[in-house]
Order: sequence, then C-alpha cells, then structure tokens
Amino acid sequence: MPVRDPYVREPRTGVGWGDGRLQAAIVAGGVAGALGRLALDRAFAWDGRGWPWPTFVANVAGTLLLGHLVTRLQERLPPSTYRRPLLGTGLCGALTTFSTFQVELIGLARDGEVLLAGAYAGATIGAGFLGVYLATALTRRVTV
Amino acid sequence: MSLLGWIGVAVLGGAGTLLRFRLDGVVQQRAGGSFPLGTLTVNLLGSFCLGLLVGAGVGDTLLVVLGTGFLGSFTTFSTWMFETERSAEEGDGALAVLNLLGPLGCGLAAAGLGWALGASL
Repeated sequence: MPVRDPYVREPRTGVGWGDGRLQAAIVAGGVAGALGRLALDRAFAWDGRGWPWPTFVANVAGTLLLGHLVTRLQERLPPSTYRRPLLGTGLCGALTTFSTFQVELIGLARDGEVLLAGAYAGATIGAGFLGVYLATALTRRVTV
Repeated sequence: MSLLGWIGVAVLGGAGTLLRFRLDGVVQQRAGGSFPLGTLTVNLLGSFCLGLLVGAGVGDTLLVVLGTGFLGSFTTFSTWMFETERSAEEGDGALAVLNLLGPLGCGLAAAGLGWALGASL
C-alpha cells in the first residue's frame, strides 16, 4: 500500500513496487509528461545556443501545475488513491526535468556563456519556486 | 523526429518515471528525516548519466530516447521545487535553503563529472 505522508512528500511505496493500478497510474502520467516535454523540444527547436527555452517552459509549467494539483488534491477534494501518482509523480514529475537542466548549465558554461548560465539557473529556480507558491495561493483562494 | 523516436520516448519515459518513484521511495524510507534525499538521489544519478551520454557524444536518436525519454523522466524539477516551497511554507527556512543550494551544487558536479568522464571515453 502507498504510504501518504500528509503534507510535503509524494506518496511513497516504502517497501515493494505498490499495486498494479498504482504503477499503471504512474506510468500513464509519465508517458504523457515525457511526450509533452518532447513536443516542447520539437516545437522550440533549440540548437544548443542561447536560452534553453524548451526545458525552461516545461519546468516552469510543471511547477505551476504541481502546485495547483497537489493543493487541490490535498486541501480541496476528497482523498483519492490514484490521482496524485497519475498527475503529480507521473505527469508533472516527467514533464519537468532536473538532468537536462543541469547538463544545459554545464554546456553553457563550457561554451563560455557563464553569465547566461547563471541567469538561466536563477530564473529557472526562481520561477519554479514562485510557481509552486503562486499556484498554491491561487488554488487556496478559489473556493470550489 | 521519427515515429520510433516518439515511441521510444513514451516507453522509456514511462519506465523512468516508475523507476524514479521506486528508488525515491526506497531511499527516503531508509534515510528517514525531513530532507528529501530520495528526490536528490534520483536527480544526481540522472544528471551524472545524462552528462556521460552528452560527453561521450552519442547520436541524436539515442540521446533523445535515453536522455529526453528515460533520464528526463527519471529526474524531476517540479518535486524538487514543491518540496522546497513546502519546507519554507512550514517555517523551516534553513531546510528550504539547504534544499535549494545542495541539489544545485551537487547536480552541477554530477553532470560535469559525467560529461568529463564521457568525453574521456
């Protein structure tokens, strides 16, 4: 059974893989998130120079969505076993990426674009943090 | 982008997501405590591996399927930001700052190390 740590954490299985439906929910969300990120990659056609727009947009959009979803699921809707794994762990987790963000920073720095790398790191983290904060605040304010 | 590339990203994206859930759960369970070590573990591991692939100069299709598909989904930015924001919201500013700077510094080191290692292969 998934263990729901009430506030901060994602639901965790602890021991074992969890039940089949939980896994299916996570995989379904993950497939959708990965395809969404790939579609953004293709749409922007970033050539490795300048501001990495596809990753930036995916990461900021994912934090806004996660802040909204988790607040709504935890504080607005009746408990549900599969929505958070599907939408939080799966969709938002896979739509956003840490590894590409870090490797892009290393790539920019290697190209001598240290200032751009610093601005990109600061903007991504700033917008991501603010995204969770704002989405949470707005979701709490709206009475559903 | 070929259809096979999209299918590869879908399949490995799903697999990477499930593996993240599992590894995150195991690490967090063992570590305990309020620091999200599970999230950090998957993110560092994924950053190192992606650095390795890019440094080694693997072909475009392989990079899209393994990098964008698998490692992109295995690692996560939104959970990192969410856990940091909730720490701050709960009044644990020190944990929030630690969870901002620690993963960023370690992530850059992991990606850079992977890249250098990949380039030397």
